[in-house]
Amino acid sequence: MNEATHIEHRDYTGAKLGMWLFLFTEIMLFGGMFLLYSIYRTTYTTDFHEAAKEMSVTIGAINTVILLTSSLTMALSISALQRAEKRRSLLFQAVTILLGLAFLVNKYFEWTGHIRHGYYPNSPELLAMSHGKVLYFGLYYVMTGIHGIHVLIGLGVICFTFILTVRGTSSSTDYIKLENTGLFWHLVDVIWIYLFPLFYLIT
Amino acid sequence: MEEKQEHYIRTKTFILVWAALIVLTAMTITAARMRMGEWSMLANLLIASTKASLVLWFFMHLKYEKKIFKMLFLIPIATLTIMIGFTFFDIWYR
Repeated sequence: MNEATHIEHRDYTGAKLGMWLFLFTEIMLFGGMFLLYSIYRTTYTTDFHEAAKEMSVTIGAINTVILLTSSLTMALSISALQRAEKRRSLLFQAVTILLGLAFLVNKYFEWTGHIRHGYYPNSPELLAMSHGKVLYFGLYYVMTGIHGIHVLIGLGVICFTFILTVRGTSSSTDYIKLENTGLFWHLVDVIWIYLFPLFYLIT
Repeated sequence: MEEKQEHYIRTKTFILVWAALIVLTAMTITAARMRMGEWSMLANLLIASTKASLVLWFFMHLKYEKKIFKMLFLIPIATLTIMIGFTFFDIWYR
């Protein structure tokens, strides 16, 4: 160890601990919605099964594969930066951003499809349906919507770490920002892992 | 500085985890199509939890973290279990 490492104090454990504590609050945010989902699903089982037929399993599966792959590229970008392979890390971060965008584009087509069929909050078609279906679509829009916002925020943060990596602020000696961004991105992936079977695979 | 070394994870490990996640996704779709009633929901939740564990353990480096990270993660899991579990005691036995 030379003098420089002593002068610049870095607390990686502290930084990561802070990130994990934030992720716990995110788990509780989605946990509350999962609780609501499970109660209504138990109360209106048949309605939920009927309403889920409106979902395209194909689009859901494609989006699952996209997010899982983006998690892989995110993890690879971190290990590349740790090994001081800057170009490789930048490449993987860029791929992660593109995959995140692809996820949102799919979501856009999916949502506009539902809206064209008249399934959107307070639509006359939806209000004419049974109570359980209204609740299913309400939960669907809120949960995948808040998840989508998280994807969007994640993309913004990865763009930020991309710039930091280009500038050399994030590097093999200081990769905690990229690592914490990765933690956030993976958590968004974990939430989607549960959303996919709960909304698409219950017919 | 010496703790840095343990964070180096091989690319092969990540790709294997990713492949497992894709296979589990295919499994969850198959399980849903088998129409086993409530059993498919249980199967899907178990598969989802396996996938989530893989992401947490490898991609989120929980495997390579200090013990405190692993212990702390049990807190939100326990809280959620109590929250959802107790609500269901109310729903089932009301």
